[in-house]
Amino acid sequence: MYSQGLIGADGRSTESAEFLARFQARIDAEDKIEPNDAMPEGYRRTLIRQIGQHAHSEIVGMLPEGNWITRAPSLRRKAALLAKVQDEGGHGLYLYAAAETLGVSREEMTEELLSGKAKYSSIFNYPTLSWADMGIIGWLVDGAAIMNQIPLCRCSYGPYARAMIRVCKEESFHQRQGYELCMALAFGTPDQKAMVQDALNRWWWPSLMMFGPHDADSQHSDQSMAWKIKRFTNDELRQKFIDATVPQAEYLGLTLPDPDLKWNDAKGGYDHGPIDWSEFWRVVKGQGPMARDRIKARKKAWEDGAWVREAALAHAAKRAARKIAAE
Amino acid sequence: MVWQALLELADDHLVLGHRLSEWCGHAPMLEEDLALPNMALDLIGTARTLYARAGEIEGAGRDEDALAYLRGERDYRNCLLVERPNEDFAHTMLRQLYFAALMKPYWEAAMGSSDPVVQGVAGKAVKEMAYHIRHAGEWVIRLGDGTEESAARMRDAVAALAIYVDEMFDDSPAALAAAGVLPRRADLRGAFDATIAAVFSGAMLDQPAAPYAQRGGRDGLHSEGLGHMLAVMQSLHRQHPGAVW
Amino acid sequence: MTQTTPLWEVFIRPRNGLAHKHAGSIHAADEVLALQAARDVYTRRGEGNSIWVVRSADIYASDPDQTAENFDPAADKVYRHPTFYDIPDDVGHM
Repeated sequence: MYSQGLIGADGRSTESAEFLARFQARIDAEDKIEPNDAMPEGYRRTLIRQIGQHAHSEIVGMLPEGNWITRAPSLRRKAALLAKVQDEGGHGLYLYAAAETLGVSREEMTEELLSGKAKYSSIFNYPTLSWADMGIIGWLVDGAAIMNQIPLCRCSYGPYARAMIRVCKEESFHQRQGYELCMALAFGTPDQKAMVQDALNRWWWPSLMMFGPHDADSQHSDQSMAWKIKRFTNDELRQKFIDATVPQAEYLGLTLPDPDLKWNDAKGGYDHGPIDWSEFWRVVKGQGPMARDRIKARKKAWEDGAWVREAALAHAAKRAARKIAAE
Repeated sequence: MVWQALLELADDHLVLGHRLSEWCGHAPMLEEDLALPNMALDLIGTARTLYARAGEIEGAGRDEDALAYLRGERDYRNCLLVERPNEDFAHTMLRQLYFAALMKPYWEAAMGSSDPVVQGVAGKAVKEMAYHIRHAGEWVIRLGDGTEESAARMRDAVAALAIYVDEMFDDSPAALAAAGVLPRRADLRGAFDATIAAVFSGAMLDQPAAPYAQRGGRDGLHSEGLGHMLAVMQSLHRQHPGAVW
Repeated sequence: MTQTTPLWEVFIRPRNGLAHKHAGSIHAADEVLALQAARDVYTRRGEGNSIWVVRSADIYASDPDQTAENFDPAADKVYRHPTFYDIPDDVGHM
């Protein structure tokens, strides 16, 4: 799960114009860039930041859904949700590894997340208040993530593209399990239907915000597009997402909470009402009920686990010493 | 009764699987955030098949969810070990090792069950338990023979869980009545002890001397923690009687 | 200063008869934990039946700056390929 709203990358480079032109020619020829290849500092910095934010989003993203694993209302749902949250952890792991090929360690990235220096997708700062949120997150949040992630499989940086191919393969079950969960509620008892409509009302706008600011206000897009780190603009992907989602909501008999949402024949897509960007920036900056709790939970896991990681390293050192002594 | 014996076995698996699932997103390292749910999913999967089979044999129309979500703590028949709280990674890994060290020979014996469903579960579970022994065992070795702190925590876990080991080998009247369908747990102590001895010697740990054996799980006499676990687990299901999820 | 846990590269063989292929990376303190982590992370959907793990630090890679001198000289040695040689059809398959 991921928002492509890359926040605050510095794509400036100080290399010679000739070097940059040679690099751009490789990118334009769809040549993949691999870890040891020469690359502009700005390209490396942008990637570290984007892959890091992506990885952090997956890891923090385990928490809102993890909130319901112990309360899943059937054993079948419990197994599916657990497997899904586990996948998010795996995605974080693949992505940290992709970032590590650029010369930054997982430990460094983790410390940046825990200190609040690194950002993650704002969507995970919203609380999950009912079981229906599990369905809506799978359907909308993972749905939005898939829109973002499929183009990333063709990203110019080889390790990121390869990680994304694996992520996308696994992700395909997430959206389906979410939608199926929503179906059970939408076609269930009146209470269940009310639960899923309430969840949709709360998650619709944050899901649209996942695509990041409008193109006109997105300062990093141009350079990322030129370097083929990114292949579609925020608004293009958001439009694709809305057009795909509206009929799915209709099938469920649910109402999207936007009175301005209507089909526009001329553009062959839906128009939507204005997005409250002040809320977006508030949540990104860590305001709201969950931001502090999310980081606190990650910090606790990291700190509580320190003695385990230290023990494993200490034992490995003893094993190595014994092996040498035995030889 | 066979269905009650299957039920207590299912309870063991669900309760332990639920405990492991509580770790998801909070493990000491990302790799364990994936490993712990793998083990939890193995256990929950086994529980589901056993509940379904128990309900079928009982013949009162209870499915897996009715059995898992609509019984209270006095009706749960799991052994006490599996409901012990996670505490820390040392307790969690030792609890897992103990359970798997019993269940691997148990499922091996159950492969000759007269019940085809139990036979099927056994064939799958025996491999899962072999891996759980290895995964938990390697961690017990590393924690026991790691740093001073990890060794102290490991010894603490051994001391804390020692009183729950004997009960694992008790055969309830229901279990004894299921002879031929399910193995006798009392027969499996030797295999269990051998597994634990091998791991403990690598972990520089002494075999636990239990001051006494705590029993009661098979009679529905649990610690207070199980009630809280079930309160969380069952809350949503019970709020919507008859709903389909 | 945080201690760093070593990075390992994971290779999976999808089935017998095929070669192990790079699947990704994991962190682990030693080779036993590395194999278990690789199993738990990279084979959850039946991806394979054999795993290799190699410490990332133990991999020596060719220098991308030497790519041209390493690999371009092979490009014009067409006589290494069977299609370079003309054999009349009458001879049959060779």
